[in-house]
Amino acid sequence: MKKEFKIVVLAKQVPDTRNVGKDAMTPEGTVNRAALPAIFNPEDLNALEAALRIKDKYPGSTVTVLSMGPHRAAEVIRDAMFRGADGGVLLTDRKFAGADTLATSYALSCAARKLAPDMIIAGRQAIDGDTAQVGSQVAEKLGWPQVTYAEEILDLDEKGMTIKRRLENGIEVVQSPLPLVVTVNGSAADCRPQNARRIMKYKYALIPTEAAAEPASLAAEMTAKHDYLRIAEWGADAVDPDPSQLGLEGSPTKVKKIENVVFQLKESKCLQCTDDEINTLIVELLETHTLG
Amino acid sequence: MNNLFVYIETEGGKVADVSLELLTKGRELADTLGCKLEAVLIGDGVAHLVPELAQYGADKVWLAEGKELSPYRTLPHAAILCGLIEQEKPQICLMGATPVGRDLGPRVSSAMHSGLTADCTSLVIGDHKDAKTGKEYDQLLYQIRPAFGGNIIATIINPDCRPQMATVREGVMKKEFAAKPGAGEVVKVDWQKMTSEADFVVKIIERHIEERKINIKNAGIIVAGGYGMGSRENFKLCFDLAETLGGEVGASRAAVDAGFTEHARQIGQTGVTVRPKLYIACGISGQIQHTAGMEDSAMIIAINNDPEAPINRIADYTIIGDVNEVIPRMIKAYHKNSK
Repeated sequence: MKKEFKIVVLAKQVPDTRNVGKDAMTPEGTVNRAALPAIFNPEDLNALEAALRIKDKYPGSTVTVLSMGPHRAAEVIRDAMFRGADGGVLLTDRKFAGADTLATSYALSCAARKLAPDMIIAGRQAIDGDTAQVGSQVAEKLGWPQVTYAEEILDLDEKGMTIKRRLENGIEVVQSPLPLVVTVNGSAADCRPQNARRIMKYKYALIPTEAAAEPASLAAEMTAKHDYLRIAEWGADAVDPDPSQLGLEGSPTKVKKIENVVFQLKESKCLQCTDDEINTLIVELLETHTLG
Repeated sequence: MNNLFVYIETEGGKVADVSLELLTKGRELADTLGCKLEAVLIGDGVAHLVPELAQYGADKVWLAEGKELSPYRTLPHAAILCGLIEQEKPQICLMGATPVGRDLGPRVSSAMHSGLTADCTSLVIGDHKDAKTGKEYDQLLYQIRPAFGGNIIATIINPDCRPQMATVREGVMKKEFAAKPGAGEVVKVDWQKMTSEADFVVKIIERHIEERKINIKNAGIIVAGGYGMGSRENFKLCFDLAETLGGEVGASRAAVDAGFTEHARQIGQTGVTVRPKLYIACGISGQIQHTAGMEDSAMIIAINNDPEAPINRIADYTIIGDVNEVIPRMIKAYHKNSK
């Protein structure tokens, strides 16, 4: 019976759209990305935890984080290493720019094929787009089964995996052979925190671009000395893609128009929190049969 | 050929509301395009649903029936839908943004190499001219949705790939019988030819699906709480007010994410869309993600301690103050004045 699994976790660095402040939009009405902190996509953390639990149970298993994005997205890979991942790959290239979900999935599937894992675990969806498409599309590109909305991996052996799915009005338990793609729901177990010893061990982990930017730094020096501190950085050429399926060209969907949100102004009555004013409002609502 | 497909979702022998809503919208789009509206019905013992699909405007129903096809599983349903798309080349394919549609849609769009826009709030037919190539396109599907946490509204198109695919949340489109029912012509699908053994490798070994208990979609009065309620404990005030007024409790995404209440109560783009006669927003700032799901309410009362909160701009009444003080006063005033 197989006791070691090779796991790839898909992770995305996203702007924190949940905490959009007043300065999130520029006076010109465009999105002010600088005002939004970049974070580890929340459900990808649930996915990482699911992978780390497999590693806990089957020592010798490896967890590799695969992310696509600009150089600074190496931060999520380091974060994952602080929490227990063995290492990671950052897919980064101008050729990927402008990718919609399909072109993104294609690039990720090329990288995944090269990594040849037993399974891919991803968050259900990313908070900047909420599309929930990439996991399923990567599965299709690889020709693997997909199990979405996973809440808990109940059982695993070399033949397959038993997974509890959380649906809107209930649960489903399914069995799938390996390899497969699992997408994990936010209702799954939270990710373990960063571990102090792992932070000490991996704080100098860098992608080559980061090391080259500050060649004299201690981090660059450490990275040059130790293999385990090197986060892989792959450009498009590294994953041998069909160039017509990458980036803007490989994206069937195009953005025709972006509009800023303009609220239709209503004539609004403003009340203060006093018994009198609230009483008057309730009386009015009862008289107009809006209430009662 | 080049017609409009709607994937029909069923549960417990019934058609999901969202599929009927999409047929209603699909009928309108098909009339604009001058094409046929076709339903794809996959399941076991579902033929009796055909007349209902016709009532909502389906000209044709592609019927694939078999024990192996129910309950829904990704691979066989995707293989059949892809098989039909390859055979019939529809120009548009719509499905519900439900757990099923959001599982199936991306798989099919990837296999067909066609774009898919998730959670559209509006679908419109329009023309397009590519700014770079100057190429003109007639009658594309404009797929309109809030993006980037709801701070912008994006119009997405798929100029060159077919079908143009979109998912839509339940309640966003209205459900209405077609002015003239469709013919509902049934075409049996030889689905065994479209699937292989490999499509049946995932087995369902246990399944508990409950009838939905919370139904905020049809409530006349909704008291919705946001992150500004502060805690799960304080959120109970929303239940108190709803009970007093005879309404249901809703919530913003931030309140659900914070664990104040369950997801079934979430209102907005990634939740339910509602149109009650009275909507009371308590401690909700009013990002478009939320307002997209409630702005058509007949009357909106916003309770917020921030006079600048965006929700105030669409409210008929705003009460500036702490929700923990305002709500008990409203309950008191209601008891005093109602008979």
